[in-house]
Amino acid sequence: MAQVILFNVTNGLIIGAFYVLMALGLSLILNLSNVINFAHGNFLALGGYLAFTLSPTLGYWGALLISPLLTALIGVAVERLMIRRIYNRDPVYSLLLTFGLAFVMQDAARYIWGPNGLPMGLPDALAQPVTADLFFITWYRIFMVTIVIVAVIGLFAFLRYTRIGLRIRAGTLDLETVASLGVNVRHLRTFNFAVGCLLAGLSGVLAAGQIGLNPNMGDDLLMPSFIAIIVGGVGSLIGTLFGGLLIGMAAALTTVFYPAASEAVIYAILMIVLLIRPRGLLGEEGMLS
Amino acid sequence: MSVATLTSVARFPEGRRPLVLIAIWAVLLTVPFWLPLLGGYTALAGRVLVFGLAAMGLNMLLGFTGVLSFGHAAYFGLGAYGAGLTLRYLVHSTPLAMLAGTLLGGLAGTLFGMLIVRRRGVYFAMCTIAFGQLWYYLAYSWNSFTGGFDGLRDFHREAVGFGPLTLDITDAGTPFYYFLLAIFAAAVALMGLLLRSPFGRTLLAIRENERRARSLGIPVERHIWLSFSISCFFTALAGTLYALLNNFADPLALHYSLSGYFVVMTVIGGMRTFWGPLLGAAVFVVLQDYISSMTVNWMSFIGAIFILVVLFFPRGLLGTRRRIAAT
Repeated sequence: MAQVILFNVTNGLIIGAFYVLMALGLSLILNLSNVINFAHGNFLALGGYLAFTLSPTLGYWGALLISPLLTALIGVAVERLMIRRIYNRDPVYSLLLTFGLAFVMQDAARYIWGPNGLPMGLPDALAQPVTADLFFITWYRIFMVTIVIVAVIGLFAFLRYTRIGLRIRAGTLDLETVASLGVNVRHLRTFNFAVGCLLAGLSGVLAAGQIGLNPNMGDDLLMPSFIAIIVGGVGSLIGTLFGGLLIGMAAALTTVFYPAASEAVIYAILMIVLLIRPRGLLGEEGMLS
Repeated sequence: MSVATLTSVARFPEGRRPLVLIAIWAVLLTVPFWLPLLGGYTALAGRVLVFGLAAMGLNMLLGFTGVLSFGHAAYFGLGAYGAGLTLRYLVHSTPLAMLAGTLLGGLAGTLFGMLIVRRRGVYFAMCTIAFGQLWYYLAYSWNSFTGGFDGLRDFHREAVGFGPLTLDITDAGTPFYYFLLAIFAAAVALMGLLLRSPFGRTLLAIRENERRARSLGIPVERHIWLSFSISCFFTALAGTLYALLNNFADPLALHYSLSGYFVVMTVIGGMRTFWGPLLGAAVFVVLQDYISSMTVNWMSFIGAIFILVVLFFPRGLLGTRRRIAAT
């Protein structure tokens, strides 16, 4: 039993880590630009597929480094060409736009890389279990969680200690004032969108090693990420972090006792939070409302 | 923006002008006669009516209250499953199935609306999406009851009426189309009355300026909640018709993609107009039917429609006509 619980706790930690990376990117874009990026799961898939294509030439480590950056670059292009045009319009347009974008990106991935799942090769060192007893804890899983922790700490340090980070945080609270202080808000939003896509691309590369690649690999992560943001509280990145871990762990622990309800428990948490603390665990009243 | 808004308020509801009304109903009533000549089939027209009603229900919230729900497929699908499950497990009665489905979807919307009525904008939309997916997963995973991913089968619509007044709608032909049209007409008439009533005008006031409406003593939250709830009832009714139309209910009727379709239908037609969503549904359903028969890459085309509509055609067909008329 202890082994089963440990197994699922490890799973929960890993799923939660993916939710966190996805949700942090979504949350960044939502907070600064007021856009729900339906295509975020497709940026995740894009990162994974790019790594798949690049790793024969660059090796795994090179692909791990380069593909998130390329994903971010494509994010910049998408933001400049399309998303920036709808910033000052009714939210219905941003939702429709990213929704359509998600369709196009998913179909493009299917067209380029084929509809069937592809395996992502891993370096031998990472594929081994750490010990024979705990076969489910491979080095890859430890590596994955480490990377996520480093990325999250990096993101928070960046937002806290750099000038651009400060501007992003200030823009979340009051974009007009930030603009009137002479900050180029257009560039700030583009950059912020790129950071969100970078996180999505990174989680795509990591997820590819764990679950393999398929054109709609990001879809299953999208809805829990939305819920992580609502549960954590819109406007709070720390909230998003806890929200993601909370629902990842809750889903995994439910799997131990009643597997069929593992999806339902996420929604149960959502309902409870909306019922007793509508602003979310760490959200501030009045954010985006 | 403000000029267009003012004219649309002043001219509301455009559906009242007799000529427009006569034209719309003449087209709808004669569908079985002219559609086959154009190479269409009557079931396609049925689908336009069903999706049109769902989108018009959504538009009551989106266009006439100014609140964005991106999760209306949930209530549509609940309507469909409510009707399907009733026909399959409880009684072989079309009207009772429609009643059950409408109540299921509408009440779910009413309860959920209570939770999120204070949220606004994208946050409101995000809550509606997330909550909508709950039903998708439920239908998807409760295999023994709902048929899971394959959908709910083994039920079919029954003839309606009593004795000599029985209308046999079990065939997919013309009688069923007129049955759908009758339900559609009744629902749309009710919706028109609601929007024309003081309640409907209050919704417009909230859409135009929520703060001012509040300072006039209008209970804004209660109105938005009512609007959300009523809109869910209409969409659920459309969902029951969808189950009757296909003799089938599947989880995709609950998926947020369908919510996106409803929103894009509304925007294509013109979301501040009464009849816009029906026109948008007609355009979208026909395009989708055509594209998916032509290419396997239909997703790209549908996605491109979304993107093009947002970037180049945000006011929609009727919205554009109105703007040209105003200038």
